[in-house]
Amino acid sequence: MKFLHIVWKNLMRKKIRTIFTLLSIFVAFLLFGYLMAVRTAFGMGVDLAGADRLMVLNKISLIMPMPRNYMGKVQAIEGVKAVTHANWFGGYYQETKNQFANMAVEPASWLAMYPEFVVAEDQKKAWLADRQGAVVGVDTMKRFGWKVGDRIPLQATIFRRPDRSAWEFNISGTYDSPIKGTDKTQLFFHYEYLNEAVRSSGFSDQIGWLVIKVDDPAHSPDVAKKVDALFANSQTETKTDSEKNFVAGWAKQIGNISLITQLIAAAAIFMMLLVTANTMAQSIRERTSELAVLKTLGFGDGRVLSMVLMESCVLALVGGLSGLGLAWVLVTVGGDPTGSFLPTFYLPLELVAVGVVMVIALGFASGAVPAWQAGRLRIVDALRRN
Amino acid sequence: MLSQIIAVSSVNLRSIRQRLGSSVVAIVGIAGVVIVFLGVLSIGEGFKAAMSSVGDPRTIIVMRAGSDTEMTSGLSGDAARIIMDTPGIERTERGPVASPELFVIVAHPTRKDTSDANVPLRGVSPEALGVRPEVKIVEGRMFTPGTSEIVVGRAASRQFAGLTVGSSVRWGKNNWQVVGIFEAHGNAAESEIWTDARVLQPAYQRGNSYQSVYVRLPSEDSFQAFKDALTANPQISVTAIREPEYFAAQSEVLHQIITTIGFLIAGLMGIGAVFGAVNTMYTAVSTRTREIATLRALGFGSFPVVFSVLSESAFLSLVGGLIGGIAAWAAFDGYQTSTMNFQSFSQIAFAFAVTPRLLMIALIYSLVMGLVGGMLPAIRAARLPVVTALREL
Repeated sequence: MKFLHIVWKNLMRKKIRTIFTLLSIFVAFLLFGYLMAVRTAFGMGVDLAGADRLMVLNKISLIMPMPRNYMGKVQAIEGVKAVTHANWFGGYYQETKNQFANMAVEPASWLAMYPEFVVAEDQKKAWLADRQGAVVGVDTMKRFGWKVGDRIPLQATIFRRPDRSAWEFNISGTYDSPIKGTDKTQLFFHYEYLNEAVRSSGFSDQIGWLVIKVDDPAHSPDVAKKVDALFANSQTETKTDSEKNFVAGWAKQIGNISLITQLIAAAAIFMMLLVTANTMAQSIRERTSELAVLKTLGFGDGRVLSMVLMESCVLALVGGLSGLGLAWVLVTVGGDPTGSFLPTFYLPLELVAVGVVMVIALGFASGAVPAWQAGRLRIVDALRRN
Repeated sequence: MLSQIIAVSSVNLRSIRQRLGSSVVAIVGIAGVVIVFLGVLSIGEGFKAAMSSVGDPRTIIVMRAGSDTEMTSGLSGDAARIIMDTPGIERTERGPVASPELFVIVAHPTRKDTSDANVPLRGVSPEALGVRPEVKIVEGRMFTPGTSEIVVGRAASRQFAGLTVGSSVRWGKNNWQVVGIFEAHGNAAESEIWTDARVLQPAYQRGNSYQSVYVRLPSEDSFQAFKDALTANPQISVTAIREPEYFAAQSEVLHQIITTIGFLIAGLMGIGAVFGAVNTMYTAVSTRTREIATLRALGFGSFPVVFSVLSESAFLSLVGGLIGGIAAWAAFDGYQTSTMNFQSFSQIAFAFAVTPRLLMIALIYSLVMGLVGGMLPAIRAARLPVVTALREL
C-alpha cells in the first residue's frame, strides 16, 4: 500500500487518458446498474411471490370468470388455510393513458392474504366500513396527487354501471410496504360495490380468480391438484398454480428481457475491458525504461507486477463504483423511465454486489497482461530498447 | 494544401497495420456498440411493423363507446345488426361487407416450453376476409361455419405448440380442429387464431353478443359520413376508428416502453463508445507523436494533420460500424419472438427487423462516434510544438 503514491503519480502522468478510461468504465457500470433495474422490473417481482400462495384461474383463460361460490368449496379442501378472491376492474383515471391496476376484492380476507400490503389500523377500519371505500398504493397516490378522504372517479372499461356513469370511490386509506420491490400502484375496492351495480347485467356473483394460502408450502402441488380435481368436468374448470409460477409465466410472456439485458451488459463490460486493457498496455509500453530503473533499484518482479495491477484496479474501482453509484441514484430518485408501466423498478442489493465483483474482475483482467509483461521484464533488454 | 491532405492521410491509413492492436480495439468497440444499438432498435422496428404495416384505412373498427380496445368492448347482437345496416358500408350481392367479431384469449402453451401464454382467439363472421383483403389462407382451407374448426395465423402457428394443419387442440370442454394457416403481410392478425363467432359465443358464454364490428368502406373519404351516420343513430352508442389508427393505439404502451428503454441504452452505450474511441485515437496519436512532428517540421500544415487523424478515426469507426451492422443483421434480422400486449393482455408475435433505414442510422452513428472521438486527439496532434514533440520518447 505504501506504493499507492507511485501508482497515483503514474495514473496522473497522462491525465486526459486516465480521465477518458475512467469515463468509459464509469459509463459501462452505469449501464450495468440501470440494466439490472430494468431486468428486475420485467421480472415482475417474481422473487417476492409468496411461497405459500396459490392462484386459481379459469382453465380456458384468465379473462373468463368463475362462480363466487367456488370460494367456499375451496375453503373446505384439506391444506387450505385461507382463501380470497379478486376481479380485474381495468378502470382508468380521467384519461385512458392513466391506466393502473385496480381490483375488486373482499377487503378483510384480501388484506389477511397479503401481509406485505401494510394499511394503518384506523384506515383499515374505515375501509371495511365504507362500501365505496378503496385502498390505494402510495405510488399511485403520489402519481395522481390524491389524498386520503378524496372522492375519485374511475372510468370503467369492462364493467359499466347501468347508467353509464363513472365509478366513484372514497379513498379510505393507503398501503405501503416494508419490502422493497412490492407493487405500490394498485387500488383495491369492495367486491360488493361492483357486484351490486352489475347485477342487472347478469354478471353477478362472478369472480376473476381465487388466491389460496396453504398451511405448508410443501403441500402446494397437492392442494393445487385437489382444487382442479374438484371442478373437473364442471361448467367452469380451473387451473391452479403457485403464485411464483403464475408471475414467472406472466413475465415470460413479455419476452426474454432478462437474457437481452444480460447480453447488453456483457457487451458493454467486454468493450470496456478491451479499452482499459489497451490503455494499460500502452501506458506500460511507454514506461518500459522506467520499470527497468525500478527493477535496477531492487524492486522485485512480484512488486512491479502488483504495482501495475494496482493501477488498473484503481482505475476500475474509481470508474466502476461511481458508475454503479450513479445508476443507483438514477434508479432510486429518477424511478420508472416509462412513467408507470414498471411498478417494480428498483436495483436489488445483490445485483449491486454482483456489479462490485465485476468491477474488481475488470481491474484484474485488464491489468493482467501488462502486469505480467512488466513483471518478467529483463532489465538489460528494457534499458536497451530505447 | 490538398496534396498535403492526401499525402498525410494516406500515410496514416496505410500505417494502420503497424498499430493493429489498438486499431482492432477501436473497431471491435464500435462494432459492439452498433450491434447492441441495432439489436435494441430492431425489436422496436419489428414490433412497429407487426402492429401497423398494413392496417387498411378503408377498414373501420366499430366498438362500444368509450372502449379503446376490443378486449373491453361489448356489443349486443342487435347493436351489431344495426351497425351492419348503417348506410355507407360497401355492399356485395351477399350484403354489407362487415364482420361482427368476438375477441377473447385462450391459455395455450408455447413451443419453446410448456408454459401457457395468452393467445388471442377471434370469432369472426363470413365477411371476415372481405373486410381484410390482406388476409390469405396459405395452407389448408377456411373453417366451415358452424363447426369447431379453426384457422391459425402464420406467426401463431410458429410460436405456439400444436397449431399445425390437421392437428386438434382442447380448450376447456371443446375440441378444435386446425384446418388452415393464414397470412396477413406479417401484421398483428397473424398472431391470432380464428373461428366462427357463433361457435365461440357459447364456448365463452357470450350469448348473442359481440365485441366489435369490422366494416369495409367503398373509399377512404367515406369514413366521416359513416361515422356521422353511426353517431346520429340513438339506438346505439359506439365509437368508430380506422384500422391503422387502432393498431397504432393498441401498441402505444409497448412501443413507448421499447423505445424509451432502447434509446436510453443505445445512448449510454454510444457515450461509452465515444470515450473508448477518444482513448484509442489518443493512443494512436501519442505513439506517432514523433512521426507527426517530423511531418510538421518538413512543412506540412496543421490542418492536414488534423484531417489525417480524423480520417483515420472515421475510417476505423466505419469499418467497425459495417462489421457491427453485418453481425447484427445476421444475428437478429427475422428472429421470431412474441410478447404480451399490455393493453389486451394477449400475445403478439413479431420478428426483429434490421431494416436498411436502421443500418443507415447505425453507420452514421458510428461515423459520428469516430469523428467526435478523433477530434480532441487530432487537435492535440496539430498543436504540439514541433521541438517538444521531436524530443518526446
